[in-house]
Amino acid sequence: MSESVRHLYVHLPFCAHRCGYCDFVTVVGRRGQHAAYVKGLLAELELEREPLAPQLETVFLGGGTPTFTEPRELERLLAGLPAGDEVTVEANPETVTPALAALLRRSGVNRVSLGAQTFQPALLSVLDRVAGPDDVRRAVYHLRDAGFDNISLDLIYGIPGQKPSDLDADIAEALALRPEHLSCYELEAKPGTRFTHAHGEELQRQAEAMEGYFACVVETLVGAGYRWYETANFCRAPSAAEGRDLRSRHNLAYWQGRDYLGLGIGAVSTVHGTRWRTTPRLGPYLTALREGQRPLRELEPLPDSVRRAERVMLGLRLDEPLPLAPVAEELDARALSRLERLGLARRTSFEGGAGVRPGECEDALTLTTRGRLLGDAVTADLLA
Amino acid sequence: MDLEHIRNFSIIAHIDHGKSTLADRILELTKTVSGREMRAQVLDTMELERERGITIKAQAVRVNWKGQELNLIDTPGHVDFTYEVSRSLQACEGAVLVVDAAQGVEAQTVANAYLAIENNLEIVPVVNKIDLPQADPDAAATEIAELVGGKPEDVLRISAKTGDGVADVLDAIVARIPPPSGHPDAPPRALVFDSSYDQYRGVVAFVRMVDGAFAAREPLRAMAQGTRFEAEEVGFFSPTMKAAETLDAGEVGYVITGLKDVSRLRVGDTLTSERNSAPEPLPGYKDVKPMVFAGLFPTDSDDYPDLRDALERLKLNDAALFYEPETSQALGFGFRCGFLGLLHMEIVRERLEREFDLDLLVTAPNVAYRVLERTGEWLEVHNPAEMPREVDAVEEPYVRASIIVPKDYVGPVMELNNDRRGRFDHLEYLSPERVLLAYELPLAEIVLDYYDQLKSRTRGYASFDYDLAGFREGELARVDILIADEPVDALSMIVHRDAAYSRGKALVERLRQEIPRQYFDVPVQAAIGSRVIARETIKAKRKDVLAKCYGGDITRKRKLLERQKAGKRRMKQVGAVEVPQEAFLAVLNLNDGSKK
Repeated sequence: MSESVRHLYVHLPFCAHRCGYCDFVTVVGRRGQHAAYVKGLLAELELEREPLAPQLETVFLGGGTPTFTEPRELERLLAGLPAGDEVTVEANPETVTPALAALLRRSGVNRVSLGAQTFQPALLSVLDRVAGPDDVRRAVYHLRDAGFDNISLDLIYGIPGQKPSDLDADIAEALALRPEHLSCYELEAKPGTRFTHAHGEELQRQAEAMEGYFACVVETLVGAGYRWYETANFCRAPSAAEGRDLRSRHNLAYWQGRDYLGLGIGAVSTVHGTRWRTTPRLGPYLTALREGQRPLRELEPLPDSVRRAERVMLGLRLDEPLPLAPVAEELDARALSRLERLGLARRTSFEGGAGVRPGECEDALTLTTRGRLLGDAVTADLLA
Repeated sequence: MDLEHIRNFSIIAHIDHGKSTLADRILELTKTVSGREMRAQVLDTMELERERGITIKAQAVRVNWKGQELNLIDTPGHVDFTYEVSRSLQACEGAVLVVDAAQGVEAQTVANAYLAIENNLEIVPVVNKIDLPQADPDAAATEIAELVGGKPEDVLRISAKTGDGVADVLDAIVARIPPPSGHPDAPPRALVFDSSYDQYRGVVAFVRMVDGAFAAREPLRAMAQGTRFEAEEVGFFSPTMKAAETLDAGEVGYVITGLKDVSRLRVGDTLTSERNSAPEPLPGYKDVKPMVFAGLFPTDSDDYPDLRDALERLKLNDAALFYEPETSQALGFGFRCGFLGLLHMEIVRERLEREFDLDLLVTAPNVAYRVLERTGEWLEVHNPAEMPREVDAVEEPYVRASIIVPKDYVGPVMELNNDRRGRFDHLEYLSPERVLLAYELPLAEIVLDYYDQLKSRTRGYASFDYDLAGFREGELARVDILIADEPVDALSMIVHRDAAYSRGKALVERLRQEIPRQYFDVPVQAAIGSRVIARETIKAKRKDVLAKCYGGDITRKRKLLERQKAGKRRMKQVGAVEVPQEAFLAVLNLNDGSKK
């Protein structure tokens, strides 16, 4: 009776080196293990295939640096994965060659997410990034030449030493490349990273000034015809994209509370009320799969109340209204009224929601621009 | 036992100078407790007392030494309990004054010695801890002789720890302290010098029989309070309770009253027989009043009934504790409690937290004020928020403070006392190296952080003691704090007019740091009446959202949110502003630099 899973995430941990700010599960070097790892992924897929729908909506290859994986192995992996309507691969600019672009294209990839981060050489080096600004432009051209019409750029702001003019320049450079999609992240000093060790205090000092950067990013991109559809994500508005909906369908699945399967070390899955995280350790992962066993995983049961709270938490990141009825139990009605009075949230009507007859409306909730900028505090208030 | 063979005495000492150790050694040496029963510091029964090295409730123990009956009356060791100490001393004819051979005379030694002298006690001076490598018994003996009169060579030199010289102390008690005077045949009079509450037996009174005798089952009356009861049992401690047929003139012992509330039998009252009533009570009874007040609020408002029950139970054993319900618009339901002093407050708070497992928010303490209203009526105010804004005069309590410091620290101490509106009284050299400074200080100036400041300005060398000197008129102003234009009752304070501006400014600045930024700008103001004297603005936050949130981030993000939520739950709502509980303690931590 449970619905089948339509979203697949595949983690490719290999990187040429580790960037100081990164806290993802990554494996540096180990070229010799790419083949074994891809074999492991495909074996894991076989073990987990049961809840997967035959035709997936989305497949997402994240990392690490997926495009750092040996091209032969990458191609083998793409061939072995189920087909999807939207197939995204994350890429570091310096890895994108015409050959790689062609490989991705012929393997069914139709969306590429490029980690540009910034166009300022000095700031790139603060981030330990290898690529230079020209690598980003070159990567975009190669992808365009190969026929990609859905490219996303990642930008990071709040880098130590970044001036408001640097940020303006970054956005302008990014827009000049006419990406279909942009993800803009404030740099987070995650505890324990080399980066936090080196720059943590400086980040704290500039924290207040950085508050304005986010609003500035939103304003500039919306002004340039992008839709601010999720807290950190923007896509060219349909009017500027021949009517196409360019939101990341894969990430929308997370924000809309859908189930997803994750393959690979450290990957997280949420399937039928349970979340698990596969061991982040490469050795034990490969050993288990070689023996036909599931790798060790950390299980987290998700009771209905938690799922509803997550619906609120994730749903309020989006620009579309969150239907109130399914999550009403989790909400503090007084807090909601207060947030409305403060101009942070708005109750709206929502036509054609699930369980509503056509033409009828259901109550829904959206956050105002300010409410979205303060989304975490607002959500903490709203949840009862 | 006839009076000639009885000696009643106390041991008085500065904290940690070895009073309890000496008491233990005396119990051992007189075979009152066997070695196996010997538990370090038998007399201190409460857990807290042992940890803090102070004695909260007095007890009396009877020992026998060479055919004499010796009653050792233990006294509370701290300034807040001066009245109790004085009652305990009144029950004795003599006192053993113990001074640490390494530390010399300290402020408490002086205060206690003066109390003993006022009560006409024979003092047996003792220098303790002569076994310590840094001991200087001659210097300590000289100081002590200087203080109480007499010759340094008459000062006994002992080590309570090793037992060296303790027998000499017992001999000196018998030889130097006079036997009790009193009239065995007169109508009975007994001084209540302490009491405690026992869950099964009710109030147990510790008494010194002055005249006549009490027998078990005798109907008795407390003369000042008029409380009547039947003595369910009389007896003495040696060291545990031992029932006796009678308590005779000159003896020290206990009376089990069956009363259910210690407040019905106050320390200092006189017990007499209903059938053979004495015409006059013993002199010296005082109704002690709390001088330091603070609001106690449960951190979780659901704990209010538990706090009420806990205070009720503490009150059974602590007649000096005062409490009444208080409702604060900022902190909700709680109690305004009155204490004898700061230590008393600390003890009550710790007992509530430790024995009753309560999580408390205690507001900054304030003193009792006497206010002359425009109507010509005097009003006693225990809470700054209740101070009328229009008054003719305000009086505040003052204390006589003695501070003993090495001579090099006289300057810093005088500077501190001047900052605290102190009036210099006199200065005395106790020895070429050590100086006693006598000041009068407003109690309000010492309830916050005076002692900490004194310690830090003298590298911990100062010792300090005080007793109340009565109320004096002062130029005092009520400063209110407004958060987003709402007055916050729990943050009102009463300060001297000259300090109002700087204190208001410091508090407002502090609150700006303590209160997290909100969805909107929040002005924080200090005002006297309608006049704003300081203002800060807590800027609205513009951004509060984690950038990245994908499939692998959801659990972490949800946990962060839960933590954020829990943090908000601990906040108190002041109008539309969420104020963390810590902010209400801001007034406690205003740094001293801001007070000038």
